[in-house]
Amino acid sequence: MLLREVEYAKPASVAEALGLLAENDGARALAGGQTLINVMKARAASPDALVDLNGLDELKGIELAADGTLTIGAMTTYSELMASAEAKARPILGEVCATIADVQVRNRGTLGGNVCSNDPTNHLPPLMCAIGARMTIVGQAGEREVPAEEFFLGVYMTAVGPGELLTRIAIPAGKHDGFAAVTLGADGTCICNAAASVNGSVRVAIGCVDAVPVVITAGSPDEVAAAVRAADLDPPSDVHASAEYRRHLAEVLATRAAKEAAAR
Amino acid sequence: MDVTVTVNGHTYERDVEPRKLLIHFLRDDLDLTGSHVGCDTGNCGACSVIVNGTLLKSCMMLAVQANGATIETVEGLSADGQLTALQQAFHEHHALQCGYCTPGMLMSATALLRENPRPSEDEIKKALQGNICRCTGYWNIVEAVKAVAE
Ligand SMILES: Cc1cc2nc3c(=O)[nH]c(=O)nc-3n(C[C@H](O)[C@H](O)[C@H](O)COP(=O)(O)OP(=O)(O)OC[C@H]3O[C@@H](n4cnc5c(N)ncnc54)[C@H](O)[C@@H]3O)c2cc1C
Ligand code: FES
Ligand code: FES
Repeated sequence: MLLREVEYAKPASVAEALGLLAENDGARALAGGQTLINVMKARAASPDALVDLNGLDELKGIELAADGTLTIGAMTTYSELMASAEAKARPILGEVCATIADVQVRNRGTLGGNVCSNDPTNHLPPLMCAIGARMTIVGQAGEREVPAEEFFLGVYMTAVGPGELLTRIAIPAGKHDGFAAVTLGADGTCICNAAASVNGSVRVAIGCVDAVPVVITAGSPDEVAAAVRAADLDPPSDVHASAEYRRHLAEVLATRAAKEAAAR
Repeated sequence: MDVTVTVNGHTYERDVEPRKLLIHFLRDDLDLTGSHVGCDTGNCGACSVIVNGTLLKSCMMLAVQANGATIETVEGLSADGQLTALQQAFHEHHALQCGYCTPGMLMSATALLRENPRPSEDEIKKALQGNICRCTGYWNIVEAVKAVAE
């Protein structure tokens, strides 16, 4: 497919990238391109200019601090995360990334792009909400940190405003995590998914049932199903699942993820 | 924009519009038509190539993003006229029917065997997940890769 005409720049620093984005309202950041290029083919969006983040070492790398906090650069690919010794500090991250699409997509797609695109069927938005991730956003005005729960604002919308970039994701230490999904074929698009983390109480984030992940807390895994029911979800109906079936899946998958989390 | 790439050992310099996808640059500008366009949505893997050692789908990347890169396509596998062991195994195990998916399958399996010369059957299947074949039912493709791995 021939894309609409577009300008292209590959900045060498985050400061330069922010300058390019500020200069042009129609400019858009290009990360792994595994969503954006398709969106451009479909003309669902036709940016005037692409600011390619692939040359920015500042957005790469995974660091593990003494207190167990992982700091992951936005431009880290799924494959890089899966291969990282540091990232094993929170094993669920690599486990979930390994189930996203296929090798080729994992080699290009980035953690930053996954959360910034905030497709309601994506794997990482619910996971980030469940494990208490914090996103660092930078713009001309400076830097701020936003908890995952406040980061996802709507379908394809996040706290990253025009002219801003997500630079890194900080994830606290922990290992009592779980993830469950019903997908279209092995490692396919999620029909419904749920991520859970147990730290005293259970925290579950359910994907595919609303514009943003729905976060639910419960005292124990056995109480999760009732909590999901009480949340009165109003999921969409589509060719893959009716709203009613998705509501059922939400309950089952949230419970499954919570039990997996508690058992580790 | 000026783009310089090395594809299968040859260096090419071309003026490329930023909107051109890498697959179209390879096929239309460089006349390397071995890599195919199956879906143009990143799903089928027929356009898979190896860029700077990384397997990717060339319909999901701009040609200008490959500036300075070393690219391997299916044409490079038997550049000396000699089939690779993998290609030979595809031939012997009847791992293709119409052949449309084959260039992508070969590149994905090549990338796998480089990283993991002795993959298990499950590892082979996982590595080929991004490549769709509408003819073979996959069985013989997996058999061919297994034969090289053994
Ligand atoms: C065949 C196929 C199957 C897929 N299946 C799944 C799946 O099952 N689950 C899943 O989760 N994903 C899936 N994906 C999507 C994939 O994971 C994408 O990689 C991901 O959604 C976007 O990441 P990206 O790095 O490619 O971002 P891009 O496509 O480059 O960008 C996406 C959006 O985020 C913005 N953006 C990116 N990085 C930043 C940043 N640092 N700061 C500000 N804005 C930024 C871009 O401007 C753009 O609007 C699939 C993709 C394909 C092609
Ligand atoms: S043509 Fe690129 S994945 Fe199908
Ligand atoms: S042999 Fe026809 S698509 Fe695979």
